[in-house]
Amino acid sequence: MAAAAPSVVATTAGASTAVLSPRPAPTSAFLRRTHVTSHRHPTLKCRRAGPLTPAAAAAAAAGGSSPSSAVFHGEAFVVGDNIDTDQIIPAEHLTLVPSKPDEYRKLGSFAFAGLPSAAYPTPFVAPGEESTRYAVIVGGANFGCGSSREHAPVALGAAGARAVVAESYARIFFRNSVATGEVYPLELADAGAWKECKTGDVVTVDLGNSVFINHTSGKEYKLKPIGDAGPVIEAGGIFAYARKTGMIASKAAA
Amino acid sequence: MASSVSAAAKASAAFAHKKELAAATASATTQHRAGSSRRTKACRVRAVASPARAPSAPASTGSVKTAMTMTEKILARASERAGLEPGENVWVDVDVLMTHDVCGPGTIGIFKKEFGEDAKVWNREKVVIIPDHYIFTSDERANRNVDILRDFCMEQNIKYFYDIKDLSNFKANPDYKGVCHVALAQEGHCRPGEVLLGTDSHTCNAGAFGQFATGIGNTDAGFVLGTGKALLKVPPTIRFVLDGEMPPYLLAKDLILQIIGEISVSGATYKSMEFVGSTVESLNVRSLLKITLINCHSNMEERMTLCNMVIEAGGKNGVVPADETTFKYLEGKTSVEYEPVYSDAQARFFSDYRFDVSKLEPVVAKPHSPDNRALARECKDVKIDRVYIGSCTGGKTEDFLAAAKVFLASGKKVKVPTFLVPATQKVWMDVYSLPVPGSGGKTCSQIFEEAGCDTPASPSCGACLGGPRDTYARMNEPMVCVSTTNRNFPGRMGHKEGQIYLASPYTAAASALTGYVTDPRDFLM
Repeated sequence: MAAAAPSVVATTAGASTAVLSPRPAPTSAFLRRTHVTSHRHPTLKCRRAGPLTPAAAAAAAAGGSSPSSAVFHGEAFVVGDNIDTDQIIPAEHLTLVPSKPDEYRKLGSFAFAGLPSAAYPTPFVAPGEESTRYAVIVGGANFGCGSSREHAPVALGAAGARAVVAESYARIFFRNSVATGEVYPLELADAGAWKECKTGDVVTVDLGNSVFINHTSGKEYKLKPIGDAGPVIEAGGIFAYARKTGMIASKAAA
Repeated sequence: MASSVSAAAKASAAFAHKKELAAATASATTQHRAGSSRRTKACRVRAVASPARAPSAPASTGSVKTAMTMTEKILARASERAGLEPGENVWVDVDVLMTHDVCGPGTIGIFKKEFGEDAKVWNREKVVIIPDHYIFTSDERANRNVDILRDFCMEQNIKYFYDIKDLSNFKANPDYKGVCHVALAQEGHCRPGEVLLGTDSHTCNAGAFGQFATGIGNTDAGFVLGTGKALLKVPPTIRFVLDGEMPPYLLAKDLILQIIGEISVSGATYKSMEFVGSTVESLNVRSLLKITLINCHSNMEERMTLCNMVIEAGGKNGVVPADETTFKYLEGKTSVEYEPVYSDAQARFFSDYRFDVSKLEPVVAKPHSPDNRALARECKDVKIDRVYIGSCTGGKTEDFLAAAKVFLASGKKVKVPTFLVPATQKVWMDVYSLPVPGSGGKTCSQIFEEAGCDTPASPSCGACLGGPRDTYARMNEPMVCVSTTNRNFPGRMGHKEGQIYLASPYTAAASALTGYVTDPRDFLM
């Protein structure tokens, strides 16, 4: 699990996992920044949390707390169209091996280091930090194009991002996000949302209701259903899915 | 959701009864044929240059249910399905899994974590491990990553590991090859009809051999390592028909840049790109010098360049139907039996594009996107700082022969530093030994030296993707570079403010001679 959670705003009292409906009007309490851990379901981090425990698996199977009803709150980091993997994680950092815990964390510190500073003056990871304050990345079309490097979704997840909300994805990045469980790759139903969002906006991603809410701008956007990736994400990644459907034997250790 | 679960269950059942299935269908499936019958495949009827047809309604043809494109057929056979349709998710048997020094260690980590420290790979002869990305560097982690590969290969007794230990002299390493995609082809690991997966986006390069080849991440690769299977979504196919006589100033790189510029960097997302037509069949770098025999080596390398950049259009895979050229290239390179497949005449394509190649002109992709297409001649006022000729896309033997032709035609010296990075040891040796037609017996290396280029460097991926800071030809300051590589996103070759113009080897050499982006017709006509 990430060492530091991104800082998020406090939700209305007692509603740590509730859907924000109706949306609260911005108040000073709402905008106050506190270190509240954003809602995170263990099965979404199958890669880092290890194999599903029987209890979590049962819960997922029961559908009571499955990934598809997860809710994320946090600040948004906004990028445009065609953000490629070289911008997400520059190639010089690919000597870091994601399956080694200390190098995994280092990858997180370099997330989005390739974004040109002129277009993106606010860095995703602040200088000297190892993780990000931004839990949700908002992007345009063809997010994650370019290389097949799994280091890309891994770096974003290691830095502390929870979800990407984009108009569309390049296929290998999308697949890697699903396979690793590092970030939730969500697709917007309509184009242009990123242009109405600013880095630092307070947002909510509500998977149960398929909606992306920008509290700062007051706008809401529909999300597309997760589609074919659903069963794989529901199971907890490609390995868990394969075990669930009988393609490979269950892990003896679990 | 239901379909993928049932498909998985079906596959699961198939997996369990694979032995019985294999025995029962030995004569029906055409996966293995005896010896020299390979050649007769070329006579088989295939839809290579059929005219574009509007998608026909199912009722009117009657056989559309089983008509498939070659990508669909390959995946059907690999998943033991009689037929399938785009959009289906199927478990396929993988014929070859490739990994390298950047993604291998992570893949191995996942494999061991999920299958156990003592787990064995599914087939020690189907895993090909090729260090190539960050080799000639003092970066300790990069060097360590090659050691990790070696330890794993020794533990698993991996048959194909193209190892390197002596970094000071690549020639002292008899097993070392260089760039993975070119090595896969040269070592006979690419075969028609097969499924090849690699932990690198340019794995689509191998589609030139009429196989399904695509890039995957570490987690998927870790899964394949243990099971020999992968869950793939069947892509619909966009067909590109390239006809017309190839002008002597154009190369396959111009064709693919033309296409990417046409459909954009997401134009082929989740799709297969099938390249057919008379031009594809006879692509031949050496045609400029009036060599009328189709040179199979030249042709295959040009087909590879075409398929290599399919990923730059977002494509899942690229394919060129196998023919006599393919079979000839593979002679002596592989002893594994293979069975090519071809798109059915009634196969339905997502869309068709037709190009009259004779009307095309040399193009470049301007910063900062591979689809930012422009005519080379319209960029003639762009002053450049360097030229880079290398990578899986533009560092093959034919690419260097092409560059040499331009330097030979000019007779002058380059005006900017010109870096040459042969993709593999074989390419390096060709550069130093093959006579360039029309030069009176000179080799590429001699012509490059006379033109004032840098000495051809140790074969690897080099600066195509920047790499560790001490990588040869890495762009460490903002500058303008014309490159035969595959991507020009910000920071691709190192510096975030660097400007990269993607081009063919002809255009790259011409630009080196003038110090500006230059149309090669200035030297070739």
